[in-house]
Amino acid sequence: MPLIEAQHLSKSYGALRAVRDVSFSVDRGEVVGFLGPNGAGKSTTMKMLTGHLRADAGAALIAGLDVAEEPVRAKQHLGYSPEGAPAYGEMTVREFLRFAADLRGLADPAASVRRTLALCRLEEVAAQGIDTLSKGYRMRVGFAQAVLHDPEVLILDEPTDGLDPNQKHEVRRILKEMAATKAVIVSTHILEEVGELCTRVIVIAKGEVRCDESREKFLARGADLNAVFRQLTA
Amino acid sequence: MTSPAPAAPGLKPFAAMLRREFAGYFRTPLAYVFLAVFNAFAVSLAFFVGGLYESGVASLDRFFLYHPWLWAFLAPAAGARLWAEERRQGTLELLLTWPITVWQAALGKFLAAWLFLACALLMTLPVAFTVGWLGDPDWGVIVSGYAGSLLCAGACLGVAAVASALTRSQVIAFVTGFLACFVLVLVGYGVFDELLAGLFGPAGIDEIRRLGLWRNLEPFTLGLLDVRPIAYFLSVAFAGLGLSTIIIERR
Repeated sequence: MPLIEAQHLSKSYGALRAVRDVSFSVDRGEVVGFLGPNGAGKSTTMKMLTGHLRADAGAALIAGLDVAEEPVRAKQHLGYSPEGAPAYGEMTVREFLRFAADLRGLADPAASVRRTLALCRLEEVAAQGIDTLSKGYRMRVGFAQAVLHDPEVLILDEPTDGLDPNQKHEVRRILKEMAATKAVIVSTHILEEVGELCTRVIVIAKGEVRCDESREKFLARGADLNAVFRQLTA
Repeated sequence: MTSPAPAAPGLKPFAAMLRREFAGYFRTPLAYVFLAVFNAFAVSLAFFVGGLYESGVASLDRFFLYHPWLWAFLAPAAGARLWAEERRQGTLELLLTWPITVWQAALGKFLAAWLFLACALLMTLPVAFTVGWLGDPDWGVIVSGYAGSLLCAGACLGVAAVASALTRSQVIAFVTGFLACFVLVLVGYGVFDELLAGLFGPAGIDEIRRLGLWRNLEPFTLGLLDVRPIAYFLSVAFAGLGLSTIIIERR
């Protein structure tokens, strides 16, 4: 059974058809790079998969559970970091993660918080207010809350956006470490990330899936990935 | 095959929400400003405007007289952050993808805010002790006055929750919440009588007045425990809670 399933998802905002009949599935061990120009429907698709937006048509399944029918059970298997990694700015990093752990009803919240702080290299800022952190740390906090409960499904909307090369490398390193046991979707518009991180690529443009193939096949399309990207999303 | 589903979280998400929201008030100076302003106004209105001391009567009815005004102003101040802040920070998206129902989250937030207002109210207890020291008040009436004031606070908070669910700006949430509560105060004083008589006829006016905050708080301050005002305050509170939840679910 695939851990993530999008079945004919569609969503309109008024007259704008943001996502049209998008279907794909992701198995354990796969890291799917979700590519597309801005406004292509990447975030909208992710919001439907995570149960934040209700699809106009179609269904989203997380670990076999329909997020519209059984939202609470489905979301227990899901870690999600929205675009920009929002967090409660007035809390400290530790307080925020502890709140997320308590809210998820984790068996040993203190241990989960400790483990996650270490994994994401956040120990030195654990007692700092999230509002006072640099962008790099803030993105890591968003990532930390998504992996806090060691979920099977990880959906990350532009997790490396605005990070410096070292920080990007760090996020990719952590993701690769965890990827074997999870199904991961990472949206990005950084094409180099495909080669470094992903096992598979889905390109979406104007609300439709334009290509869904293995990394190898995608990279074989041409030496100039930017040209490939422009051609696919035209 | 997926690993076994995590144990059902039960009330843990709700409890976590309640704790975070209540503690949230004290993470910013808002709580202390709020408590100071509430107490300063509650006490000075009772003594300087209501003439609580000069009246020579050992009773708190002149103290509670101003509570609808206080709550109409301060409950929206405390409730403005409930949802507006989640929207502004973008954390609403996080919260709604965590394993908690919107109802549990909304109830946790609402009860935390109500508890905070209860703290503000409890800090005025020295006024009651002063009256007790100066005279021989009917403590039953004082207790029922406090209960009524707390219910009134809940009703204003219900209105504030709706205002907060509609916007991402705490300022707009506060102003609209305050205006709506203000109307509920004025209705009870007959301010709109002429306008309403035109709409509903003279017979309707008294019914409309019953919808005001003061008309429903008054019996409590006289020690009269009646079902109607209790039902009134609780219905406004829970209608507001329910409506705000629906607004967030349908966002």
